[in-house]
Amino acid sequence: MTVIGLYHAGSSVLHRVPAGWKLLGMLFAIVAVLAASRPWQLGVAALVVTGGFALARIPLRVAWAQLWPLRWVILFVGVFQVIFSGPERAVMVCGSLLITVAVAALVTLTTRVTEMLDVCQRLLRPLRRFGVDPDRVGLVLALTIRCIPLLVDIVREVSEARKARGTGFSLRSMAGPAVVRALRVADAMGDALIARGVDD
Amino acid sequence: MAEIRFTAVHHRFGDRVVLEDLDLTLSEHRIGIVGANGSGKSTMARMINGLVRPTSGSVTVDGLDTTAKGREVRRRVGFVFTDPDNQIVMPTVAEDVAFSLRRSGLTKPEIAQRTREVLRRFDLDEHADHPTHLLSGGQKQLLAIAAVLITGPDVIVADEPTTLLDLRNARMVNDLLAGMPEQVVLVTHHLHLLERFDRVVVLDSGRVVADGVPDSAVNAYTRLLA
Repeated sequence: MTVIGLYHAGSSVLHRVPAGWKLLGMLFAIVAVLAASRPWQLGVAALVVTGGFALARIPLRVAWAQLWPLRWVILFVGVFQVIFSGPERAVMVCGSLLITVAVAALVTLTTRVTEMLDVCQRLLRPLRRFGVDPDRVGLVLALTIRCIPLLVDIVREVSEARKARGTGFSLRSMAGPAVVRALRVADAMGDALIARGVDD
Repeated sequence: MAEIRFTAVHHRFGDRVVLEDLDLTLSEHRIGIVGANGSGKSTMARMINGLVRPTSGSVTVDGLDTTAKGREVRRRVGFVFTDPDNQIVMPTVAEDVAFSLRRSGLTKPEIAQRTREVLRRFDLDEHADHPTHLLSGGQKQLLAIAAVLITGPDVIVADEPTTLLDLRNARMVNDLLAGMPEQVVLVTHHLHLLERFDRVVVLDSGRVVADGVPDSAVNAYTRLLA
C-alpha cells in the first residue's frame, strides 16, 4: 500500500488547521530539525512530533506504517555513519531523517489532498501572467498522486502474469508490458477526464 | 427524455470499418446496446458524448452536434466506463465526487453538502475519506456513477459497467442504472440485465441487425451467436 494520499479522517485541532499553515509549520519544523546539533535537541523534536500524532489521534498502527518503509534506508545510513563518522553522528542523521519524515506524514495524515492542492494553486496564481494555469497544475499533481496506486497495481499484475507463465525475471519482461499497460490506462484516463469535463 | 440521433454515421479505425450506415433515433428511457466483441457498440456509445467523432455522418443530442458542441453535450451526457479505476481522479472518495463540481460555480460548503447527499444516496458516506484505490470493485463503480450523477446529466451512457464486477455487485449497479430517472444507455454483455429496458439495439460488424423490445432483440442476438 502506498503512503501518499492516505488522509486519516478526524476532527482534531491539527485536522482543522488550514493546510497553508500546516505546510509552513512543516517547513519550519524541518529546518529546525536539520539545524539541531545535539541528540537531546532531536529528542525534544521527537517528543513534539509524537505529541502531534497524539493530538491528531492517529492510531499507533497508522503512525508506524509511515516510518516502517524507511527501515532499510535507516539501517544503511546508520551503519554507514557509525563506521565513518561515529555513533553520535549516526543518531543525528538517522534521527533527523525519521523526524522529518514523521512531520511530513503528520501533515499528510491530517490534510486532504484537495486542501494541499488549493494551497499550491494559490501559490501558483501569480504565475498566471507567465502562462501557468494553476488549476491545470493542481490537477496534474492530483493525478500524479492518484496514479501511484494504479502503477503499483500494474507492476504487481505484470509480475504475477510473468510468474504464472513460468518465466524468470528480466527487466524487459517486466518493463515492456508494464509500460504498455500504463499507456493504455493513461489513454483511458484521458478519455475519462474529457468525459468529466476537464477540457471545459 | 433526450433525443439521441445518429444520422448516416460511418466510422473506421484505419482500414477497419467499425460502424456503417447507422441511422437511429434513441429517445426511450432505458436503452440497451448489445453485440459481440468488436461489433462497434462501445464506439457507438462513445459517440453519444463526443468522445469519438464519426468519420462521416453526425450524432446529435437534442439537436446539439456531439462533434461541434462536444463540451455542451458532455454537460448533458454523463459517461460511466468499464473500469472505474480509469475514471476516478482524486485520491479519496469525497474528493473525487466533489471534483465533478469544481467548475459548477457552487461554493465550497455547497459542494461539500451536495457531495455528502450523493454519497449517502449510494451508501458511500461511511467511505467519504477513504482512499479510492482501497474500495471494492463494486464500490468503485458506484463512486464512478455517483461522480457522474452529481453533475445532474440528462443522459447516462454506461459502457459495460458490470463487466469487471461479481454477480452481486453487477446486480446492484444494474438495479441502480435501471431505476434512475435519467435516460440510460447501457452497453452490456449481460443480457439478463436488459429485461426491464424499453429498447435494445443489436449490433453486428458495425451494423444494426435488430432493434426493438428486449425479448425480440435479445432473441435475435442469441440466434446470431448460435
